[in-house]
Amino acid sequence: MFKLAWKNLIHDRTRLLVTLVGIVFALVLILIQFGLFLGFLDTSANVVQKSGADLWVSAPGIPHVNGGSSFKETKRFQALSVPGVERADPYALFFVNWKLPSGATEAVQIAGFDLDGRMGGPWDLVAGSIEDLRGEDTVIIDQLYAAKLGVSSLGESVEINGRRARIAGYTRGIRSFTTSPYVFTSFKNAQNYVPLQEDETIFLLVKVAQGWEVEKVRRALEARLGRVEIFTNHEMWRKTQHYWVFSTGAGVTTLMGAVLGLIVGIVVVAQTIYAATVDHIREFGTLKAMGAANSRIYEVILAQAGMSAVMGYSMAIVIGWFVARGSESGNAPILLPPEVAAGVLALALAMCAGASLISIRKATSIDPAMVFRG
Amino acid sequence: MIEIRDLVKSYGKGGAQVNALRGVSLEVSSSEILMLMGPSGSGKTTLLSIMGCILTATSGSVRVNGLETVGLAESKLPRVRLENFGFIFQGFNLFPALTVEENVDLAFKLKGLKPRSAQLLERVGLADKRRTYPRDLSGGQKQRVAIARALAGDPPIILADEPTAALDSHSGQTVMEILAGLARERKRAVVMVTHDNRVLHYADRIVRIEDGRIVEQREEMVA
Repeated sequence: MFKLAWKNLIHDRTRLLVTLVGIVFALVLILIQFGLFLGFLDTSANVVQKSGADLWVSAPGIPHVNGGSSFKETKRFQALSVPGVERADPYALFFVNWKLPSGATEAVQIAGFDLDGRMGGPWDLVAGSIEDLRGEDTVIIDQLYAAKLGVSSLGESVEINGRRARIAGYTRGIRSFTTSPYVFTSFKNAQNYVPLQEDETIFLLVKVAQGWEVEKVRRALEARLGRVEIFTNHEMWRKTQHYWVFSTGAGVTTLMGAVLGLIVGIVVVAQTIYAATVDHIREFGTLKAMGAANSRIYEVILAQAGMSAVMGYSMAIVIGWFVARGSESGNAPILLPPEVAAGVLALALAMCAGASLISIRKATSIDPAMVFRG
Repeated sequence: MIEIRDLVKSYGKGGAQVNALRGVSLEVSSSEILMLMGPSGSGKTTLLSIMGCILTATSGSVRVNGLETVGLAESKLPRVRLENFGFIFQGFNLFPALTVEENVDLAFKLKGLKPRSAQLLERVGLADKRRTYPRDLSGGQKQRVAIARALAGDPPIILADEPTAALDSHSGQTVMEILAGLARERKRAVVMVTHDNRVLHYADRIVRIEDGRIVEQREEMVA
């Protein structure tokens, strides 16, 4: 029966091509839309996800990590006195102006972190090192934004909020969800660029000592620090993601795009597979007349659908991979982790099988007069 | 081989009910060529379909080699078809994606038998066309492949629907010679629906159906 299914598929090359184009189009659409959504989620809170902190202490009522407000750094010393707190480092994330060579300005986000604790610092450095940030007015940017910020080489001097800064290193692939790139520097340097008093910080990033429960330490910090909010790293990550996804048009649009991609994909695959199966309806009727049990007919139809799904998926994943690779140098990353690739394969098989099941009903309830007439 | 008693087949309900067969009784024996004739819509194909267990009857009795098939669970009907019938269709109904040999092999495989298509293709004179696809065959050759396929597993009864309708006179004669040989030499029962007057002389018996009833049965002299 598998031979019949395979030969049915390859016999009519034009029909096979039309079927595969339909499936590939639908799957690429789904892969890209979901990849975009995942890329959106990933970049919306990447500095939190990669911060290495266990707890985030902030002023009360902040909407997300990019919307923090200042509070007294003295709380840091109070935090350090709480049992179970290994480190409590100041951290600043703040929008400032970057002056371009043309004289125009570009908004960037200063990420000022403690160089000893390194929580909230950059990752994936491709030039320079974190130690280079110990120099005065040194910053690290992502190479993706170098051209946008008018930077052509390491060591180049730039101007941030009216103060000089020097490019000490590059990272690779640290995108900003907003149009403002991240600029990493030491917390000490950051205080020169952002409107913070010397005794103020925007966050405290807390590292919990080994063997201590994060939740217990959080409760102890809440009792000790008074009027602040404390989030676990995961909570801050989710809070920020949730804000960008659901409170901004961009997030909802991307999510809707992914859902629409799924719906359009399902409809296209369903129609394509249904049409391909119905093309062979007379042959299924003949098989039935010859004595094939319905289960044998299901075998052929499902095998045809499965083969179409696998062929279409193989092409779609290659196209999707190239598109994802191409997006690495752009502002809208498309992520295709193995889970998504596997999920879309399962989806392709399910969609093709589901669509063919509709035609199975047609094939197995076929009018015998159709079989007997020419 | 086949005994049919008071067979009724109705479609629809109430005022919209159509009676395709209205109490048909008939027997088919081995070594016999029985031809069903009648105007379009008279119930010939419905009768053939019920004999072949493709369609279920509304009431009455159909015994195939002693097995009552009316009321038999639908899941058991494919097995009855596999063991008792070979089908020949007016439109040949060959699988276009399969070669001649693969078309015949498929019937063997459905019956769970080792494919022996070479012998059957030899018998219908198409041994040299084994690897040919149906699109490259003439109508007569296609029907001979269909006959070879119907003979896979040596079924005792051959049901044919207008097997010569799409063929020229010479091809029709060839097909009928093969079917006649099956009945005479291999003791198979051949039931065929036909409008083709050119082949009537091959019949052992002609049954005329009109409005779902048998209106005439006549024995023929063997040609």
